[in-house]
Formats: sequence, structure tokens, C-alpha cells
Amino acid sequence: MGGNSPCASCKLLRRRCTKDCIFAPFFPSDEPHKFAMVHKVFGASNVSKMLQELPLHQREDAVSSLVYEANARMRDPVYGCVGAISYLQNQVSQLQMQLAVAQAEILCIQMQQEPALPEPQMDADDKSFVVHNELSSMAQFMNHPSTSNVPQEALKREYPWT
Amino acid sequence: MSNSTRCAACRYLRRRCCDDCVLAPYFPSANPERFACVHRIFGASNVARMLQQIPVEQRRQAADAIALEAYWRVQDPVYGSVGVISMLQREISVAQRELAETQAQVSIYTAQVQSQSNQITQVQYLVDNAHLIPNQPPIPGLCQPPDIP
Repeated sequence: MGGNSPCASCKLLRRRCTKDCIFAPFFPSDEPHKFAMVHKVFGASNVSKMLQELPLHQREDAVSSLVYEANARMRDPVYGCVGAISYLQNQVSQLQMQLAVAQAEILCIQMQQEPALPEPQMDADDKSFVVHNELSSMAQFMNHPSTSNVPQEALKREYPWT
Repeated sequence: MSNSTRCAACRYLRRRCCDDCVLAPYFPSANPERFACVHRIFGASNVARMLQQIPVEQRRQAADAIALEAYWRVQDPVYGSVGVISMLQREISVAQRELAETQAQVSIYTAQVQSQSNQITQVQYLVDNAHLIPNQPPIPGLCQPPDIP
């Protein structure tokens, strides 16, 4: 973007906005806060390098995700996005626990009504084994460590440096 | 801190590691990749500034969270940790659907069991009180029980 209207990044950085400015397509001058946040968290030169390494058609999505992450870190300077990730992981765990409870309930009903209800082809020992496993899974979820130490939960998911 | 015990950050930046280096507690020299990742995405000065603005007792969690975000961004340069969020949201949708289906099955089974239980109760009541009913003409189409001696 050239002429009289520098993009938000060139305005903040106080430099001339050339027509091949890498930031101009994604940081229009009417949204100065967007670039300000990204610059504060990542730094303009880092963002520029990241965008240069991406094909053109992926840069818009990259900018959107960078803005989201920068915003999350401004709102929560300690945990940033990792706070939201830990919360969602907790939700997944709770849903899996509820699912295990419901599945164990079905097995219990089937075992009590063995002659009357349609059932999968399992004998009594197999059913006991499956119910025991479902109850063990439930016990594990109930004893799941608290997520108050937020990054530890996210770390368990996928991180090579724990 | 002498050159031989520089933290990963100061070693990477090729500078002297002071005793009060803000990055040293969280980027030990034994783990140089962790700082390399963080520096690539956030930059050393940004990270130092962010940590300085946080109370000391929360800096370890903050450093870990920053390192995680940097790692995810290196793994996925387009979406970074936002990609992880999207994946978790999809997992939640799938789990919610599966839970709803399973709970519906539980309701169906419970209703069937309750219905059978009610039928058994009704039949048992009739059997128990059959002697109280005086002889009645047969109802067409209904199978009559044998005469009770």
C-alpha cells in the first residue's frame, strides 16, 4: 500500500509503506489495535519472518491466529492461549467420564435383564470384565489430577520438553 | 554466572549471563531447543519483558505457557495453538453427540425394563386375586384359565 495511506503497521513503526509491504494486506489502517497487539507480543520482525515463510494463500489465516494468540496473551499474561486449551481438555475429560458412566449403565441394565433384552454376544464373564473396566475408567477420571496448574495439563497432551 | 554456566538464552544470544538474568531460571542450559523455539517465535527481548511484568511466583507457569505456544507455532506455522483449540472443540462436539446417543439408549432400556416390570406386577395381581372374582361368562376371544378346583 503506498500513496497517502500507510497500513497500521507502517504507521506504528513510523516508516514508509511501500506497495509490497508484507503487512499491508492484513493490517489495514482502520484497525491499529490489531497490529499493536501482535507487535507487542511477537514483534514486527518476527511476524514478518513468519509471514514470509508462508505461501500467500495461508498468510491471512496465520495473521488471524496470531492476532487471536496475541489477544489471549494480553488478556491473560501468564497462560495466554494455554489457559483456554487446558479448559477445553478438562471438558473433553469430563465428557469422556460421563460417557463411560452411561455405557456402564447400559451394561448393568443388560446384565440384570439378560433373558429379556437384546444383547451383544458376550458371556457373563466378558460382561463382568467390561463393566469392571468401565468402572475403572470412571475411577481414573474421578481421580484425575486437578487442572489448577494449567500448563501441566496441556503439557501432558503434546510437548517434548517435560 | 560464568560462561560455563550460562543459561540457554544467554548461550544462544552469546552474551554474559548475569546473576539476575530473568530468563535463566526458566531456560536452563540443558534444554537449548526450548529457548531456540521461544526466541524464534517471540524474540528474547519480548519474552524477558513479558516475564518481568509478571509476579515472580507466576513466572514459571508463564514461561512454560510461552514455550508451549512457541512449540505449537513451530509445528503449525499457520494456526499454532489455535489449531489445538479447534481440534479440541471438534473432540468436544463428537463426545457430546456420542453422550447424547448413549443417554438416549439408557432411557430406552430403562423404559423397557419399567414396562416389563409393570406387566409382571399386573399379571401377579390378577393371579393373586383370581379367587375373588365370581364365575363370569366367558369373554369371546379371550383364552380362559382352567377351572380352579
